[in-house]
Amino acid sequence: MLIVAAFYPSVTDSAVLRFEGTWLPQLGLNFTLRMDGFAWLFSMLITGIGFLVVVYARYYMSEDDPVPRFFSFLLAFMGAMLGIVISGNVILLSVFWELTSIFSFLLISYWHNSAAARDGARMALTITGIGGFCLLIGLLLLGNIVGSYDLDKILAAGDVIRGHSLYVPALVFILLGALTKSAQFPFHFWLPNAMAAPTPVSAFLHSATMVKAGVFLLVRFWPVLSGTYEWFYLVGLAGIITLVLGAYFAMFQQDLKGLLAYSTISHLGLITTLLSLGSPLATVAAIFHMVNHATFKASLFMAAGIIDHETGTRDMRRLSGLFRYLPITGTLAMVASAAMAGVPLLNGFLSKEMFFAEAVETHADSILDRILPYVATLASAFSVAYSLRFIHTVFFGPPPTDLPKPKPHEPPRWMRFPIELLVVACLIVGIIPAISIGPFLHTAVVSVLGPETPEYSLSIWHGVNLPLIMSTIALVGGTLLYLSLRKYLATCEDGPPILRNLKGQRIFERVLVEVSWRWARTLERRFGTRNLQPQLRWVVATGFLAGLLPLYLSGFETREIVFSGIDPAFAAIWLLGICLAFATAYLAKYHRLAALVMLGGVGLIVCITFVWLSAPDLAITQLLVEIVTTVLILLGLRWLPKRTEGLVEAISLRARFRRFRDLALAVVCGIGMSFIAYAVMTMPVPDTIANYFLENAYSEGGGRNVVNVILVDFRGFDTLGEIAVLGVVALTVFALLRRFRPADDSMDLPEQQRIQNSFDEDRPERSAGDTVRDYLLVPSVIMTWLFPVIITFAVYIFMRGHDMPGGGFSAGLTLSIAFLLQYLAGGTRWAEDRLRILPLRWMGAGILTASATGIGAWFFGYPFLTSHFQYVELPLIGKMPAATALLFDLGVFSLVVGSTVLILVALAHQSIRINRLRAIDAAKTEEG
Amino acid sequence: MELVLATAIGVMTGCGVWLILRPRTYQVIVGLSLLSYAVNLFIFGVGGVKTNVPPILVDGVSTSTLADPVPQALVLTAIVIGFATTALFLVVLLASRGLTGTDHVDGRNDPK
Repeated sequence: MLIVAAFYPSVTDSAVLRFEGTWLPQLGLNFTLRMDGFAWLFSMLITGIGFLVVVYARYYMSEDDPVPRFFSFLLAFMGAMLGIVISGNVILLSVFWELTSIFSFLLISYWHNSAAARDGARMALTITGIGGFCLLIGLLLLGNIVGSYDLDKILAAGDVIRGHSLYVPALVFILLGALTKSAQFPFHFWLPNAMAAPTPVSAFLHSATMVKAGVFLLVRFWPVLSGTYEWFYLVGLAGIITLVLGAYFAMFQQDLKGLLAYSTISHLGLITTLLSLGSPLATVAAIFHMVNHATFKASLFMAAGIIDHETGTRDMRRLSGLFRYLPITGTLAMVASAAMAGVPLLNGFLSKEMFFAEAVETHADSILDRILPYVATLASAFSVAYSLRFIHTVFFGPPPTDLPKPKPHEPPRWMRFPIELLVVACLIVGIIPAISIGPFLHTAVVSVLGPETPEYSLSIWHGVNLPLIMSTIALVGGTLLYLSLRKYLATCEDGPPILRNLKGQRIFERVLVEVSWRWARTLERRFGTRNLQPQLRWVVATGFLAGLLPLYLSGFETREIVFSGIDPAFAAIWLLGICLAFATAYLAKYHRLAALVMLGGVGLIVCITFVWLSAPDLAITQLLVEIVTTVLILLGLRWLPKRTEGLVEAISLRARFRRFRDLALAVVCGIGMSFIAYAVMTMPVPDTIANYFLENAYSEGGGRNVVNVILVDFRGFDTLGEIAVLGVVALTVFALLRRFRPADDSMDLPEQQRIQNSFDEDRPERSAGDTVRDYLLVPSVIMTWLFPVIITFAVYIFMRGHDMPGGGFSAGLTLSIAFLLQYLAGGTRWAEDRLRILPLRWMGAGILTASATGIGAWFFGYPFLTSHFQYVELPLIGKMPAATALLFDLGVFSLVVGSTVLILVALAHQSIRINRLRAIDAAKTEEG
Repeated sequence: MELVLATAIGVMTGCGVWLILRPRTYQVIVGLSLLSYAVNLFIFGVGGVKTNVPPILVDGVSTSTLADPVPQALVLTAIVIGFATTALFLVVLLASRGLTGTDHVDGRNDPK
């Protein structure tokens, strides 16, 4: 607050303070803060009242409440609010705007045990959140019109904006944002529900600051948006209705804070109405009233908080005669509510007089304008009535009888202090306005209006004129109104007659239920499915159409099909491949093993194709992956249910139709792919990035195998990401299998093992399990012997990787196949007795090596993963390339080994685990 | 050559699509494998079909005649990732089979 105060000298004379920090300069978004006179006034308001509220809350909050959470939210809110006020970029403003909504939500729901607090918070967030979104749209439109999101530039472009065809949409969206935030009709109903918040929050957020953000925004954009017919009607209609309705509702509230909330709504309506008029003088009055309202309403909320705190209730039907217990608080509240009612010598009176004066003036000749004076007087009379009611019911009359806390007394000294300060401010401003608030107000007004600043005088006595007469009528009328309604009000229900049944809240909830529950459910029922097949069918069909559409739109040029130049051997191989693919598709349902063999066949033919078409690296990798995948699926087959052709039930017509549809889909997809593939492959290859890689692979990457150089050097970062994915998959597999429990019908030993074991049992010289072990005796011996050979081969593939086909991926796969063969040869137990493979360590070492290589480049001042190379002489092996990329490749290698082995071993271990599970089950059945 | 390759890609795509629309998890896995062959070959084919010119630099041979290394690098990555996804699907398949007792893709046999 002191800091803000210190800025004052620099903002007088319509100077603007600016601070600019780059945020997203490419998008024209900068972290710009700017402070002019108006922002200064508002900042003072926020920090000043914020300070008082913090002092007050220190005494208000009970010891059981988690106070740190409260204060952190409150201060965070204060920061966000200041951000709105001083941001110099409209996008930044919108961000702060959302932040205040969120903190308001958190603060309202502070006592989250109460359902009212939760509902109120949710409603406030929904309404202000939607408003904030609309505001963002509006601001984006505005920025689009002006061509900059900078507030100063926007403020300078008023004529451009008003003349633009997008003016009306932008205006509507910005107004939606402002009106929801300031609780204007028809969005007013969230504010009374937000009163479930602790009172300091209500005083700070919901009367002094956050709800003022909406009108703040209106004032901020007043120079560029106002003065049009649309502005007058939209803003004016909302303002006038809110002004009257708010005051009318306030009279009939039984809850102290409810009364204050509706009164706040009404006063905000007054400010909005003033702004709608489009005259500079009305804007002066609006700014002035914002300050005045903040002071007296905050003090009233705090007084209400004290009453609640001391008596335990806020229900005006139960409160009465408290003046004898709370004389000082009572006096303070009386002064503040007199200011609210607009009694002379108080600040409320001054701004209300200005309002009346403006209401009488004719600005735009229309019905709305002509009825304004009467409406204003009526609303003012209402406000006198509810102010009177507030004071009279609570502080006068017989002593209270049924208070939850029977002995109310004055609150601690420092709890009352903020109210005292604010009330004194009300008085000072009310009595000597020109000296106290005058200069500050002038600074603020000049910063908004600039050269348009009108002549105005802040004084109590302007002589007997129309506004004074209106004030008198309002005062007398309001008093009479209260006296006539007194009896009824003492007993009636909450809310005004008739209208009490029409609750905005109810409508809001109904809409919410309709949209978020019924519609969503209907949509889900119509278009959602939990079955995989329809989903996939849609995906495939959409994919097909997406492929077809551009061809259809831009025309498909038929190209002559060339039969020449086909190598007959190649064609023959693929004839076989095509047959195998069909066979796979046909057999996959009942003959899984056969389908797997066929699939492997297709894979091998793909592998041959790679060899044929100059891609040795791909061929090696494909071959190795093929081996590993096949073993993997073989291990998995054991746990699938038996399926025999004999069990087929009669196929229904629907199933037949479904199959036919799928077949049709498959055929068109296949044909489409063929066409596209043919078209693409026969097109002349344009000059691609390939040449760059081919030319620079040796000079910059130090390798002759361009594919490998791309993987470990040019696109090393991609590879790093890829091996990370591989590692994550391996860990996921491992985690999934740790809790794996096979289905009941897969628990028994496989049939083959049963036969072998019973063969053993029949012969006394053999023990069970011998046959299983002897079953693959010769292959297993060969496999054991092959172990060192394959390791050598892996090393060889790895070493030559940079210059010849090979590399980390294939070497890693090779080494894991070496391990795999040992498992196959001797069984899991045998292999693990002799070999200690720690796949997790391999993986960790791999990813660390790869990253460390990349980071190493930093130490030499190069970007991540820059590689360095030279040839070194190694004894026995000879000259070999030693790029740092080789180290990176070593990481790839290590990770591939670790992941592959981890996946395979996790799956292989299930056969051992199942024995344990069987034993547990057996124990259970015995007990049972 | 292109014609053969294109036909092969088409056939594998068709078989793959047919299989992934089937109700049994095993069929879906096999179908995905077939699809991935098709897609890999397709991507590989985009770089042009050339024989006997692997992208390995040899002194005295002009670089412009060599095969395009970029699709090859992409496909190499794709093969390894394809292996990882197959492994993951297989294990998910097994876990779902263990939990629900059926190998239907929706975890239950009754069509609903």
